[in-house]
Amino acid sequence: MELFQYPYMQRALIGALVIGLAAPALGIYLVQRRLALIGDGVGHVALTGVGAGLLLNRSPVLVAVIAATIGAIAIEIVRARGRTSGDLALALLFYGGIAGGVLLVGLSDATSANLNAYLFGSLTTISPADLTTIGVLGAAILVTMIALRPALFAVSHDEEYARVSGLPVRTLNLLIAVATAVTVTIAMRAVGVLLISALMVVPVATAQQVTRGFRSTMAAAMALGLFAAGSGVWVAATADTAPGASVVLVAIASFLVVAVAGAVWRVVRRRTTPTAAPTPEPHEVVLS
Amino acid sequence: MTSPVITVEHGVVGYDGRPVLRDISLTVTAGEVVAILGANGSGKSTLIRAVLGLVPISAGSVTLFDRPLRRFRQWARIGYVPQRLGAGGGVPATVREVVASGRLARRGVLRPPGRADRSAVDAALRAVGLADRAGDPVSTLSGGQQQRTLIARALAGQPELLVLDEPTAGVDAASQEAFAGALRDFVAEGGTVLLVAHELGPLRPVISRAVVVHEGRIAHDGAVPDPAGHHAEPDHDHVHPHCYDEPAGLWSN
Repeated sequence: MELFQYPYMQRALIGALVIGLAAPALGIYLVQRRLALIGDGVGHVALTGVGAGLLLNRSPVLVAVIAATIGAIAIEIVRARGRTSGDLALALLFYGGIAGGVLLVGLSDATSANLNAYLFGSLTTISPADLTTIGVLGAAILVTMIALRPALFAVSHDEEYARVSGLPVRTLNLLIAVATAVTVTIAMRAVGVLLISALMVVPVATAQQVTRGFRSTMAAAMALGLFAAGSGVWVAATADTAPGASVVLVAIASFLVVAVAGAVWRVVRRRTTPTAAPTPEPHEVVLS
Repeated sequence: MTSPVITVEHGVVGYDGRPVLRDISLTVTAGEVVAILGANGSGKSTLIRAVLGLVPISAGSVTLFDRPLRRFRQWARIGYVPQRLGAGGGVPATVREVVASGRLARRGVLRPPGRADRSAVDAALRAVGLADRAGDPVSTLSGGQQQRTLIARALAGQPELLVLDEPTAGVDAASQEAFAGALRDFVAEGGTVLLVAHELGPLRPVISRAVVVHEGRIAHDGAVPDPAGHHAEPDHDHVHPHCYDEPAGLWSN
């Protein structure tokens, strides 16, 4: 616990908590529209932005936000077109993004340690300015995802119905794309490009095993994200492990615990409660 | 009461150059309950999707409530019931949450739900007989109950026109009756209905006019035609797939 007296550890903890809360709030919409891995793709593209930033001596995070936003919008356009070659276009974007990033980082004066910081996260090097960026953008994501929940739920749940309802479907889809890009770039500092999707998706996957509704899933996923971020940083500080990896492993461990507990509970309930005969639907035809 | 709600004039729709609707003209006036009938692949679902702007028409025009489709913005006047609920990515949603989506057309994106929204959702759930399932995840409902959820979602927006795509396909008898009752109430309050159906079943008494689509054209527009052949038997259970080489009957004369 003494470690948390150091300001850099406090910043690491606060940054992780903000991201742990914001990432699942966005991730639930991505899971619902079967885009669970989009965060990965956008992260790959963001890496090209990091490389460009390092090469041009601009803020890597800022350039990464721009690159990731362009990438996310491109993916959204491919998705909206609904072409069968969509996954190939996405593959081109993903691998082009990561190759471009590695190439540009190599061309700059940055060391491989710099690249690693973005690939796998570097919570303990968060500066006060970084923390402000994470806090402001994280809060913006949270407020948007919660305030627009009915509309974002409708558009993710049934896009055609949303169109016939007169909702601004294209704007809402682009909003989700841009929010993904922003979340990826702020989470990049915490867990790294290669582990971002885990924070967006794993808490949602854990929550939806036990919840019944969308709102309760969102609340539970945010609580789980917060828990994984907090305890992950604590584990990293006490056991001296990599913070990003620790956060993700705590999230996955929670998933396994809930999955096993849920299965056990269902078996126990089936054994203990007398099986009431399920009320069948009335017959539609008379079978002789 | 005779103002046109839907007008389609010489509508043509094609997918990838293959024409699905060739030359469709159709007018639905306020208070009518129009059933679009036809075999699979006849273009009947495409017709209502074109009316709603979900598929683009390549020629002709669509007018909704006296406005060209392209400039139509009063979507709260229309309640759309798709064929089935999308599976989604597996995130659970309660029946109430799905039905509450029906209020967005009226409320807009930014305004949070208020008391009027909640009471409209309650009324819609009661109308389809699902009030006791409001808190259950939709994935635990039977196919017929999921279909009723979608109808409740459309009713929750208090529309003037209901557009339904095969609302009774694969739906159990109890749900068909509940659905027919909800539709009767909607029509009794002055609502207009356009629905696509494979067979009418308990809906038949509610329908005021039938339009038969055959090979992308309107083959019949008027009274509900009597079912032919074995379709006419009272206990005919409509389970066989319709196909193009069907024997001569109602859809292939």
